[in-house]
Amino acid sequence: MAAVSGVRPVGAAPGRVARTVILGVVGVVFAIPIIAMLEFSFRNLAGGYTLTHWAGVFSPTATVTYAAIFTGLGNSLLLAVVTVVIILVILLPTMILVQLQFPRLRRVLEFVCIIPITVPAIVMVVGLAPVYSVVARLAGSSIWTLAFAYGVTVLPYAYRAIQSNLSAVDVVTLSEAARSLGAGWGSVLWRVILPNLRRGILAASFITVAVVLGEFTIASLLNRVNLQTALVQVSKSDPFVAVIFSLLALAFAFVLLLLIGRLASDRRTRSVKKAS
Amino acid sequence: MTVETSPPRTARRLVSVSPSVLGLTPFALYVLLFLAIPTVLAVLSGLFDAQGHFTLANVAALFAPDILKTFASSFWVSAVTAVVGAVVGALVCYALLGMNPQGALRSMVDSAASVLAQFGGVMLAFAFIATIGIQGFVTVFLRGLGIDIFSNGVWLYQVPGLLLPYIYFQVPLMIITFMPALEGLKPQWAEANATLGGTRLTYWVRIAGPVLAPSFLGSLLLLFANAFSSYATAAALISQGAQIVPLQIRAALISETVLGRSNMAGALALGMIVIMVVLMWGYSALQSRTTRWQQ
Repeated sequence: MAAVSGVRPVGAAPGRVARTVILGVVGVVFAIPIIAMLEFSFRNLAGGYTLTHWAGVFSPTATVTYAAIFTGLGNSLLLAVVTVVIILVILLPTMILVQLQFPRLRRVLEFVCIIPITVPAIVMVVGLAPVYSVVARLAGSSIWTLAFAYGVTVLPYAYRAIQSNLSAVDVVTLSEAARSLGAGWGSVLWRVILPNLRRGILAASFITVAVVLGEFTIASLLNRVNLQTALVQVSKSDPFVAVIFSLLALAFAFVLLLLIGRLASDRRTRSVKKAS
Repeated sequence: MTVETSPPRTARRLVSVSPSVLGLTPFALYVLLFLAIPTVLAVLSGLFDAQGHFTLANVAALFAPDILKTFASSFWVSAVTAVVGAVVGALVCYALLGMNPQGALRSMVDSAASVLAQFGGVMLAFAFIATIGIQGFVTVFLRGLGIDIFSNGVWLYQVPGLLLPYIYFQVPLMIITFMPALEGLKPQWAEANATLGGTRLTYWVRIAGPVLAPSFLGSLLLLFANAFSSYATAAALISQGAQIVPLQIRAALISETVLGRSNMAGALALGMIVIMVVLMWGYSALQSRTTRWQQ
């Protein structure tokens, strides 16, 4: 063992074989339920296979037939965007501020951010109902206001994603260095801290989009239409179509997040090239 | 709870750095309005009866044998899926470590993990009914090989049926939350270890392991809590009875037959919160021991 490791670089990364085995096994196991859904969507009640369920979804009249699902999808996308904005505008600056100026409040902030997982969504709804009657009076009852509740639901995940990144980067030293070189707080934030937190911010946005697209409890109990509540409604009359739309929603979310990820990494590669 | 403890600390600092304190107000207001107030309202409801009088009857009802049984079910489902999810997820993170962070495979795993981590509720129930339902893909395949996964009864719609679906969202959640910590490991540490004659094993046991332990435990706890409060999947899979706590809460909330049961939901929430607070306390005690040499 010692002789072998003397030859190989003793790094943190696993070897090619170990990597392939782990990713291969987990990948296959996680693909099975998706494949099963796909197989189910082609079944017909007689026991054979048919294309009719998929044809129905892609027929010209589908937007009319399944209007509820398209409304739900539109609402969920809007909510995802507003919730990401809430996280980036309210949570992120607070975390950076606490890291830089109030290290003693870090524990308090962490605890506040973890609370939402200890309070199940189904219980939150009880307390949210009166709060939302006030919100509706101030901001109207349009669907985007639900993002305030979703921002809280997302808090633990977004916090952990950003904090893991924040504690791996020495922002205090970095910002002091930038300040001593004459940078203002704006450029410290924009050109020093945020680029270093790219992965954490990206991860937080990823999980936020995914949480909002998958949220069911709050929307259903506050009687709002989002993707999940629309799917339940459709599944009662047509399980095949509900499964097809679930698959499409999964594929859609996957491609969307893939694109965001690629865009972000492209930008970084470009700016690194420009700098060098 | 924290909201009550934070103002005094803030106030103490306010004297010295007042402009920065203003920066904390948007978050404080947001959390107060959409987290503190709803939580307090929900939990307080458990301390009152339907007529609005103070009572401890709902809290006392938590110790009824059937309620304790749902807490036990919730507890073991959450514990098993959190441990399996954390170990498998950490292995995947480890496997990803050698990959180019900007590479195509990494992007795909990142995106898939984010999607699947929240692939809860109805969609997940659909997927597992299609997979290991009575006519499911895997069930039928295994039946062809002479294996009947339901020979001891159909467990998919019972508490054990939650294990596989829960693991299906726990592993991706672990990947998302644990990967940044693993990426924070500095390559210099591995080099220093190699220079001093250490092996891969000593690197993981003596350096990376201790550094990652608090993050790993933190993620494990997050996974446990995630499963413990997960509602939609169970609601979609388990049609009969309220076998885990969130379903019990739903039953109490929407119960139209027993008047005043909605206050029981508050008491159940209180029970869940107490369990979570105990876990958090254990975690923070652990963490303060490990952060000593992390500076």
